[in-house]
Amino acid sequence: MSIFKCTATAALLLTAAAARAEGPGLGQPLEAADIPFYATYVTPEGTGLPAGSGTAAQGAEIYAAKCATCHGATGSEGPVMPPVGPNDIWAKPAGSYWPYATTLFDYIRRAMPLEAPKSLSDDEVYALAAYILERNGVIDEQTAMTAETLPAVKMPNHGNFLDVWTKQGAKPW
Amino acid sequence: MTRSTKDSAALEYAAGGGLLSRRMLLASAAAGGAAGLLQPSMARAEAEIPEWTKAAGARARGYGAPAAAESAVQRAIIEPWQDVAPAFSLSGTPHHKLRGTITPSGLHYEVHHGGRPDIDPARHRLMIHGLVERPLQFDLDVLERYPMVTATHFLECAGNSLFNAVMPEPMQAGCDMLHGLVSNTEWAGIPMRVLMEEAGVKPEGKWVVAAGADGPSLARSIPMEKIMSDGMLALYQNGERIRPEQGYPMRLLLPGFEGNMNIKWLTSLWVTEAPVHTKDESGEYTEILADGSSLQFTFAMGVKSFITHPSSTMTMSGPGFYEISGLAWTGSGKVAKVEVSADGGTSWAEGALAGPVLPQALTRFSLPWHWDGSPLVLMSRAWDETGAVQPPRADWKARYHASNFLHYNAIQPWQVTAEGAVQNVYL
Ligand code: HEC
Repeated sequence: MSIFKCTATAALLLTAAAARAEGPGLGQPLEAADIPFYATYVTPEGTGLPAGSGTAAQGAEIYAAKCATCHGATGSEGPVMPPVGPNDIWAKPAGSYWPYATTLFDYIRRAMPLEAPKSLSDDEVYALAAYILERNGVIDEQTAMTAETLPAVKMPNHGNFLDVWTKQGAKPW
Repeated sequence: MTRSTKDSAALEYAAGGGLLSRRMLLASAAAGGAAGLLQPSMARAEAEIPEWTKAAGARARGYGAPAAAESAVQRAIIEPWQDVAPAFSLSGTPHHKLRGTITPSGLHYEVHHGGRPDIDPARHRLMIHGLVERPLQFDLDVLERYPMVTATHFLECAGNSLFNAVMPEPMQAGCDMLHGLVSNTEWAGIPMRVLMEEAGVKPEGKWVVAAGADGPSLARSIPMEKIMSDGMLALYQNGERIRPEQGYPMRLLLPGFEGNMNIKWLTSLWVTEAPVHTKDESGEYTEILADGSSLQFTFAMGVKSFITHPSSTMTMSGPGFYEISGLAWTGSGKVAKVEVSADGGTSWAEGALAGPVLPQALTRFSLPWHWDGSPLVLMSRAWDETGAVQPPRADWKARYHASNFLHYNAIQPWQVTAEGAVQNVYL
């Protein structure tokens, strides 16, 4: 085989490899309609929040029925990671420690209650977020949580976190 | 651990407390060999012949299992809220009953935030979407056709060794409870970069939010840099399909990063501009410092080691020769050296590392030791190739709020009493 032929074959192979990006390229197109909500996450700005609303009073009833057995009668007793603080069990109560209130909505919607995740309606999830925030003294009783009000909640511990990845990458603390 | 009748005066010491020179291992092997020659070589008619040597054995079987006599080698199960929330459960690898470096798949540690799901592999899919040119989905059959890589890596829960981190008095338990939330596996799968490039990450796509197909759809934000450098879609664990406990049929593997980020039962990779502050990165996997502020996005695991033989809950079988053996690892590359002390940290000798020493993988160290029967404290101290070294417990505690139990990598001292009991102590 001449040198010229060799180079041409190599070039051809390279082009083919680049087109396949090292893999056989067998992924199937994914339509937006086929992406379930839990494959995304509500962002701190509120992107991804659905329509709906709920107040702390509404949340109190749902909480008593579906959450109290694990997290305590009023959210601070536990035994499981009480979301209302301060308490003697968990130094990071979700409703006051987390930097963003939006996480409450997303997490409760995807993961709680433990034995029946994804069973709550969006209104119920807004109401539960409102209840937990109100019990922590972060919002008042009247304010309903919605796609507009929830991202606007200023969490008390926000600004008290150091982002280790941005500061020093993969170097352990 | 074996006793020897060797004359201790003839031993070559490497440090206090009876630590021997690494050369002694070879010397004692040679001595044993010579002793063997002195044994009578005649067959003895009166010697007992066990019954299994006088019968045909069992037939072949499709899937092997450990010997019946080894049935006590189990993971240690921790259910912090017992029957109130049994789906939140952990189990620790019994390192004190194992040797080598690979964790048998059935003994790999578990941390389940919502139990172990029962996934139909035929209906499971992996989605790649968000800031990509071509949103894609893959099923298991299709992924099977991709070129695969093989790599040995540890996984460690950020909460490993939590009891030592927070308990005021040292808990008396084995390595399964104390340090069992770390395991080591030969993984095989597809480099994440290949799949991400197929989807075509847009320039503004800097993070990937990975989510599992488990009940709570556990999710973490992961820097694109990590995904592209050595992230793997792991499909095989020690040669066989990943166990349900470890993410069947597929999991994300991020070598050196805290276990929680290595999403099990992986179903979605959502490319975003910024981290989304999922539940775990907002609270449970953040560390409160001594001053009340918190660390967020602490990804890599620190350098760490502990002695497995002898270790807490074991009993020495009298003075004499032993091999001290243990495990070391780091989230930052390779273990550089492990020092061992048998006098509570007054003097140290370097242990031998069993090669090949692999990056982000458990590394076994060992050192011969002659225990004279007096009480003492054994400990190991690992260094990695970045120069990082394990801190004493007091230094580690001083950095954090009293409640913090994450990223604990302090030196583990084991007290050996005059009676030969091995106990967990703080030093
Ligand atoms: C059967 C017990 C159980 C029930 C009922 C339950 N949870 Fe939970 N919850 C848990 C467990 C266990 C965790 C910790 C999960 C983890 O670590 O990932 C948790 C975590 C949480 C957290 C995050 C706590 C933190 O600090 O990280 C919130 C918020 C929460 N649950 C809200 C709720 C709400 C609201 C309900 C009712 C709709 C509810 N839970 C019902 C067991 C339960």
